Amino acid sequence: MSSYDTYKYDVLVIGAGGAGLRAAIEASSQGVTVGLICKSLLGKAHTVMAEGGIAAAMANVDDRDNWKVHFTDTLRGGQYLNNWQMAEIHAKEAPVCVRELEAWGALFDRTEDGKILQRNFGGHKYPRLAHVGDRTGLEMIRTLQDHCIYQGVEVHMECTIITLLKDGDRVVGAFGYERERGRFKTFHAKAVILATGGVGRSFKISSNSWEYTGDGHALAYEAGAELIDMEFLQFHPTGMIWPPSVRGILVTEGVRGEGGILLNKNGERFMFNSIPDAYKNQTSDNEEEGWRYIQGDKDAKRPPELLTRDHVARCIVREIKEGRGSPHGGVYLDISWIKKKISNSEEHIRKKLPGMFHMFKKLADIDITKVPMEIGPTTHYMMGGIRVHAETQMSTLPGLFAAGECGAGLHGANRLGGNSLSDLLVFGKRAGEYAAKFAKENKAGAIDEKQINETEKYALQPFERENGDSPFDVQFALQDMMQQWVGIVRNEEEMLRAKEHLRLLRKRSANVFVNGNREFNPGWHTALDLRNMLIASEAITMAALERKESRGAHFREDYPDKDPNCGKYNLVIKQNASGEMTIRQEPIPEIREDLKKIIEEMK
Amino acid sequence: MPTATFKIQRGDASIGTFEDYSLEISEGMVVLDAILLIQAKYANDLAVRWNCKAGHCGSCSAEVNGIPKLMCMCRMNELPIDKPVLVQPIKAFPLIKDLVTDVSWNFEVKKKIKKFKPRKPDAADGSWRMAQEDIDRVQEFRKCIECFLCQDVCHVLREHHLHERFTGPRYFVHVASLEMHPLDVEDRREDLKKTDGIGFCNITKCCTNVCPQEITITDNAIIPLKERIADKYYDPLKKLFRLFRSRKRNS
Ligand SMILES: Cc1cc2nc3c(=O)[nH]c(=O)nc-3n(C[C@H](O)[C@H](O)[C@H](O)COP(=O)(O)OP(=O)(O)OC[C@H]3O[C@@H](n4cnc5c(N)ncnc54)[C@H](O)[C@@H]3O)c2cc1C
Ligand code: SF4
Ligand code: SF4
Ligand code: FES
Repeated sequence: MSSYDTYKYDVLVIGAGGAGLRAAIEASSQGVTVGLICKSLLGKAHTVMAEGGIAAAMANVDDRDNWKVHFTDTLRGGQYLNNWQMAEIHAKEAPVCVRELEAWGALFDRTEDGKILQRNFGGHKYPRLAHVGDRTGLEMIRTLQDHCIYQGVEVHMECTIITLLKDGDRVVGAFGYERERGRFKTFHAKAVILATGGVGRSFKISSNSWEYTGDGHALAYEAGAELIDMEFLQFHPTGMIWPPSVRGILVTEGVRGEGGILLNKNGERFMFNSIPDAYKNQTSDNEEEGWRYIQGDKDAKRPPELLTRDHVARCIVREIKEGRGSPHGGVYLDISWIKKKISNSEEHIRKKLPGMFHMFKKLADIDITKVPMEIGPTTHYMMGGIRVHAETQMSTLPGLFAAGECGAGLHGANRLGGNSLSDLLVFGKRAGEYAAKFAKENKAGAIDEKQINETEKYALQPFERENGDSPFDVQFALQDMMQQWVGIVRNEEEMLRAKEHLRLLRKRSANVFVNGNREFNPGWHTALDLRNMLIASEAITMAALERKESRGAHFREDYPDKDPNCGKYNLVIKQNASGEMTIRQEPIPEIREDLKKIIEEMK
Repeated sequence: MPTATFKIQRGDASIGTFEDYSLEISEGMVVLDAILLIQAKYANDLAVRWNCKAGHCGSCSAEVNGIPKLMCMCRMNELPIDKPVLVQPIKAFPLIKDLVTDVSWNFEVKKKIKKFKPRKPDAADGSWRMAQEDIDRVQEFRKCIECFLCQDVCHVLREHHLHERFTGPRYFVHVASLEMHPLDVEDRREDLKKTDGIGFCNITKCCTNVCPQEITITDNAIIPLKERIADKYYDPLKKLFRLFRSRKRNS
């Protein structure tokens, strides 16, 4: 017989990053009861780490900017696989959402005339990212957190959901454990919002923390919801690479937004050599013009370092592969060079990028105002995720909503920097609103005791084994394998090998052994995370095998070109009745006439 | 590669012991790397909090050789490794297990502080105008990552356990960020004095010294707050004088 505490809410939000907090705020302001769950302490979710900024066409710095430009930039960056309806909503609503943060106490950096300052970022035509130095995520999550705690939302910190509860097709709650004592908790809710973030922990070199084990992706998948765009995983071009202990930690794109350039070991600014056609007429081909752009010259085109992340990451990989890399297997990112252009460069860099300055000084003994940084690509962001309805954010299961990184659609084949934080606000808010509406319109469903008992039994199995693999060893094996075979450059042979390894790892994960007891036991937590990591990895591999072309973040050396036919569909993953993972092509709906026109005008 | 021994506090409040683990130290390693390696290799159930590994989230607070620190920003080459490196949980809060303490009190304290209340927007679109120089000092306070290291070293909490009557330096920083926010119109001075217990602070500056975000907690937050309270309660004349002076400066 199970023993657990039960909690009842109208709306249950799983995840307390930007998306979850924004959803909780919205739902509670609609007058329904809200529970909010997170694996870490409140305010420590990934959102806190975001550095560069929030994209919103407020036109505070360049008055030519508006939602249409932002919309077009987002589609161009996503290689037109985006859910265009989401891209439209996002571009239109982001400015309001940013101003809302200010009304709740956020203090963004200012322009000369006292408005919110906006900075340049890759793929954005105009300076568009509202920011606070290089700690924008902290400002955002703290503002949301400090607003949310007065809303009567009940927060369960350090609590991990391990299954969604169902009544027929409908999702009616969730079941999990709290870390402190290892006790189980049942949450009964009329509507459930997943806001669990990404999957980057399945890769060895990653900017993501232990939390990013693809829980939301796996929970939704196992409950029967559809996942979409899983082949598109973003590798951020600039992660730290040296010393080994910091490998993968993010170096914000803001460095390039402030004028940072990429160099190979010969001191060559290699990004000038490969500007894709789609971006030729908005990218400068010489140093002088690029610098003028950084300085805010409206007639100048942006430097090639600010091309989209997928492209920059691939150029870096090429430099390294062809022997022009730096000593530790990366390339150089140099912001110190601006001393040639401005007299107070050191002060300027420290003011604009205080976090980066501190981080390199402290962790790598490098003064970025004086010498270049060594960087290389790092696993960063999951474009793919739970398939949702553009306006309501409801998944393909009634009562289950998703927002933020674990949801999908907005970014298509590649996300533009800054478009995630705005995504969290716009669609977090919508998820909260529509989940509250759903909760008001529907009675609570029935909880299936059997499902709870089975999950509990499954969760405690690792303690019952006498011996077996360490969960950490299985996790490391998975990370090595995915990094090597389903990373930035992919091919069929390696991915088939990966598929086979996933099968073996699944077996190993079902036999891991955990010592100690249930009290705050990371070995146990990791053992339970493995299932989610494996589901996410399998979905990524399956979709990446299926997409036989190169587009956005997905690069296949056996199909190095873009195939127009493949641009007509998204890949959808779903579990079939016998528990197998299946994949199908879902045609992209014809884009609305007025939006098509906008895209044409902006070409 | 050199080897270091780590003496890590293990167990919960009922059984506190120390266990030794030896590890090779690689270039650039931080204490958190060592702890996570020990966890993966020798002690899967070693409890520790972390997230960002880059000093951004404030999760990995602990005491290394008795000094409160973020483990992810504490380089091994800063520590003598001829002796064992002592790693313990922070002390001002109840121990849960190993390096993890129950910091939930902090989250409760925050809820009692009056929330941000902005003046009416300056522009029709609901936005405000603020000069960068007017927000610089509040931006300093908003750098706080809620690591609670300042709470850990403050003697009022650590030694005198006045958790009921004193909110601690973290929340003085928080109140300062609200009180000095150019848009905020709330008044929290009475609470500061009566419920937050700012009077218990005798400006030892221990909090400022440990803050990993280099927030000048005492000089920039606590002392100005104390002055504001003094203005409100004891010295209407001085307040008038100040008002007069600042008017003159503005004209
Ligand atoms: C270093 C870094 C820098 C970045 N910089 C930028 C930037 O400048 N601009 C930008 O737009 N984007 C940036 N991003 C991306 C962006 O920060 C993230 O995509 C975004 O914060 C994700 O927010 P979220 O609300 O979806 O999830 P998160 O903030 O990750 O929150 C996920 C929440 O879900 C909880 N959770 C997960 N699984 C479970 C479970 N099983 N049970 C209960 N709770 C669970 C977690 O505990 C957490 O609270 C950056 C990302 C990183 C890593
Ligand atoms: S200065 Fe005040 S708040 Fe800071 S540690 Fe000393 S007594 Fe505590
Ligand atoms: S003020 Fe400094 S020491 Fe205190 S919680 Fe904030 S960041 Fe940590
Ligand atoms: S892990 Fe985030 S501050 Fe150390």
